[in-house]
Amino acid sequence: MNFDLSPLWLTFKLASVTTLILFTLGVPLAYWIVFTPRRWKTVVEPLVSMPLVLPPTVLGFYLLLLFSPKSPVGNFFESVLGIKVVFTFLGLVIGSVIFSLPFMVNPIKAGLQSFPKALIEASYALGKSRRETLFKVILPNIKPALLTGSVMAFAHTVGEFGVVLMIGGSIPGVTRTASIAIFGEVEALNYNNAYFYSGVLFTIAFVILFVLNALNKKIFDVTP
Amino acid sequence: MIRVKAKKKLISAAGPMALDVDFLIEANDLVTIFGASGAGKTTILRMIAGLTTPDEGLIQVGTEVWFDSKAGINKPVQERSIGFVFQDYNLFPNMTVRQNLEYALHDKQDKPLVDELLALANLTELANRKPQTLSGGQKQRLALIRALARKPKIFLFDEPLSSLDLELRLKLQDEILTLYGRFKIPTIFVTHDLSEIYKMSSTVFILEHGRITRTGKPSEIFGQDNLSGKFKFVGTVLELVQDNFLYIVTIQIGQNITKVVVTEDEAAGLKVGDKVIVAAKAFNPILLKV
Repeated sequence: MNFDLSPLWLTFKLASVTTLILFTLGVPLAYWIVFTPRRWKTVVEPLVSMPLVLPPTVLGFYLLLLFSPKSPVGNFFESVLGIKVVFTFLGLVIGSVIFSLPFMVNPIKAGLQSFPKALIEASYALGKSRRETLFKVILPNIKPALLTGSVMAFAHTVGEFGVVLMIGGSIPGVTRTASIAIFGEVEALNYNNAYFYSGVLFTIAFVILFVLNALNKKIFDVTP
Repeated sequence: MIRVKAKKKLISAAGPMALDVDFLIEANDLVTIFGASGAGKTTILRMIAGLTTPDEGLIQVGTEVWFDSKAGINKPVQERSIGFVFQDYNLFPNMTVRQNLEYALHDKQDKPLVDELLALANLTELANRKPQTLSGGQKQRLALIRALARKPKIFLFDEPLSSLDLELRLKLQDEILTLYGRFKIPTIFVTHDLSEIYKMSSTVFILEHGRITRTGKPSEIFGQDNLSGKFKFVGTVLELVQDNFLYIVTIQIGQNITKVVVTEDEAAGLKVGDKVIVAAKAFNPILLKV
């Protein structure tokens, strides 16, 4: 049998790019939420978690409206920057980043919140800046949280459907990810293909969570 | 010279309390601050370090002003040259013993200092171990030399030995004194252990409810009555047992338990848990070296 592997490759490309962007975005965002004294973090916090409760189609629909050539934002992207967002890989990345944001930010946030404040003060008392303290003291000590966030964001992006379908459509090789390919194959009654894609995703999801679990156990079990 | 004049409203376990202190420390002096827990000892150190901001006051170290509420000066903790030794060590678990020290260095090139400090604290062999694998005394030594590694202008100790057993505590007191003698940095040592004050400092500040009530040499403050050859200790009544016409009172003094015989009249006002003074005329006390 000959399977089209492009949806799988596309899915992993999307998940990798998304995870990378989310990691660079998630650490400072989580740090800000945990340590800022500013009040409007109370608005930002629920916004970050919104994708957890919002139907993906709603998010996809808004993004579609936002980036359509008829909206000012979409128009700006297309005519000024020459970038097409809707029905492109870029659109998928933007949608995925927003949609998987809580899966990255929330574990890191929890890691930062449970990190002993006394150690941060000890670092400051040694004359170290916030930045140096973050990179040399805090982050190395919350590796499990960073790992959990990255893996969850990756896995969640792999399993994404609604947002991708709304903003990306189902263009083979461009925006047709594995989860969408499954839907298409079932609709076209190509059950063999659907079996294949589903089996791959199922296995990957299990392996990812299994490895995460094992790694976290190992990281936490630092015998003193 | 170090000048600390600070006011701060605190919420303590016993309700709101106003911390209001004003004291001077001569250059290179080692002073202790003694007081019950909740008296504001740690807050004083944190205000000097810049970890807690006073409501108003002036903190000056040498010619540098670190805090001045009138002039609007409040240097961030990073810009205050302090060596802070915390009660629970606060060693970085992701770094080895050596890396903990190297991280603290102000001048990253000063690797010889790291080796020197490791040798001073007897930690050279353990340089590549993580702090979690050290014993309590070793952790405290590391915390000590880590504070020294940045060559601070002032040394702040927040009950650094309180979680160690007596033997180790005595040993580390000696080591701190040796280090102090070597580096001659003005030092504030917070403690609620009386013997520590006698041993460590030439000047003690007594802090009660946020105010310094007495200042002086430890022997002047605590031992006024000892000169007449009397012994006097404060203890807690653990047990009262009647034995014919007398009572036998079991009293805890520090870590020691002693029994004192009292008459029925004397015992009448006593109950378990009372604080009492045990005093004796000691005409010929026996001293044994331990």
